[in-house]
Amino acid sequence: MIHLKNRSLVSITDYSKEEILRVLDIAEDFERDQRQKILTNHVIASLFFEPSTRTRLSFESAVQYLGGSIIGFANADTSSVRKGESLKDTILTVSNYSDLIVMRNPLDGSARFASEVSPVPIINAGDGANQHPTQCLLDLYSIRKTQGSLENLQIALVGDLKYGRTVHSLVQALSLFNATFHLVSPVSLKLPSGVKKWIKDAGLDYYQYTELSDVIPFADIIYMTRIQGERFPDPLEYEKVKNSYVLENSMLSSSKENVRILHPLPRVNEISENVDDNPKAYYFQQAKNGVYVRQALIAAILGLKE
Amino acid sequence: MNKKRTELKVSALRNGTVIDHIPSENTFRVFQILNLEHIPDQVYFGTNLESKKLGKKGIIKISGKFFAPEEINKIALVAPKATLIEIREYEVQKKEQIALPSHVENIVKCMNPKCVTNNQAVPTKFNLIYDHHGRMKLACQYCEKTMAQEDIWFV
Repeated sequence: MIHLKNRSLVSITDYSKEEILRVLDIAEDFERDQRQKILTNHVIASLFFEPSTRTRLSFESAVQYLGGSIIGFANADTSSVRKGESLKDTILTVSNYSDLIVMRNPLDGSARFASEVSPVPIINAGDGANQHPTQCLLDLYSIRKTQGSLENLQIALVGDLKYGRTVHSLVQALSLFNATFHLVSPVSLKLPSGVKKWIKDAGLDYYQYTELSDVIPFADIIYMTRIQGERFPDPLEYEKVKNSYVLENSMLSSSKENVRILHPLPRVNEISENVDDNPKAYYFQQAKNGVYVRQALIAAILGLKE
Repeated sequence: MNKKRTELKVSALRNGTVIDHIPSENTFRVFQILNLEHIPDQVYFGTNLESKKLGKKGIIKISGKFFAPEEINKIALVAPKATLIEIREYEVQKKEQIALPSHVENIVKCMNPKCVTNNQAVPTKFNLIYDHHGRMKLACQYCEKTMAQEDIWFV
């Protein structure tokens, strides 16, 4: 049973496999014809309690392509939050002015709470270190588009697997599609056991590595993430590993023809710029896919596409 | 001697509830969770009583009051082996071990300082889950972090 209309999206696990695939199908329709003005009678609120460039612009772009109007703020300093208004009051007020609320908030769990109190649906655009489901959907869209299917893929996840929320959501989602996971990280930044349990509970396999070169020959997707220095208790430890996962163009000579390099962006130095012109580099196209996916979500939740 | 006196106290209750086999160190915690400080009924309690099962145990008797299962099951987080005894007209009507609930609201604090429940007026909600060693954990319904039993703090 697919049921997306009027439903908030807080966590990728809120959606079944069929619901994920339906969103991706609708996104494909928007990739074929992006300027479908089906949102002309709607107002979308975009509440960014902390700064974000990519996600906010991607959502705003999605609304504009659909012909809708957008209201909101780009950081909490320009909102009533600064006067001490509670999140609940902000949501209840803004829901009077809009048909749907897109929200980013630095507090973990703020999106679930907002979805409980809001009379209009909420799309979580990132709640602290917790969830970022639209990033996950655009990753899935990019993987399906480049590989033809989401089923039975060899997925390499590289970098900070401990703290990276996009990695955790992606593991949860790809566990629905019979993926095999190849986890490349420094020992101190391994995938948490709770996330590995998802893989095991789905009856799937994962393998752990410390060398990026070990996974390049057989991966279908190489998902790179940034290693954040501030995560390390010991700065020396960071110095040791910070450059251990720099993907260079020359390293891809042994890779499969169909492999694609993904990255949630922004990158710092983990993908060398000499990879950018390689047809296997897909991270900027991946960001573009985010607009189609967000158009699809908004349309589906407002019942404008089924 | 102690054992005999405990039994005497139980049988002395005409109508009400006895909660037995509480770990001694959590007797006051159970008091708090069930909000017994604020009820008008007579309440008796003992702690550091000898127990074959627990070594030392606590016991609470509440006169004239009966609890719904979901209310009493809240104490399972601190007293998983507690026994609930219902007494009517001096007779034991029901005696059962309490069961762990699958969900608890506004009893436990989330250990994640960045969780919305620690920063806004949001009552906490947790689901009880079990890890692959069978250990009980609490999963915050908001921030989705899980806590082990030893990390539990009460609201």
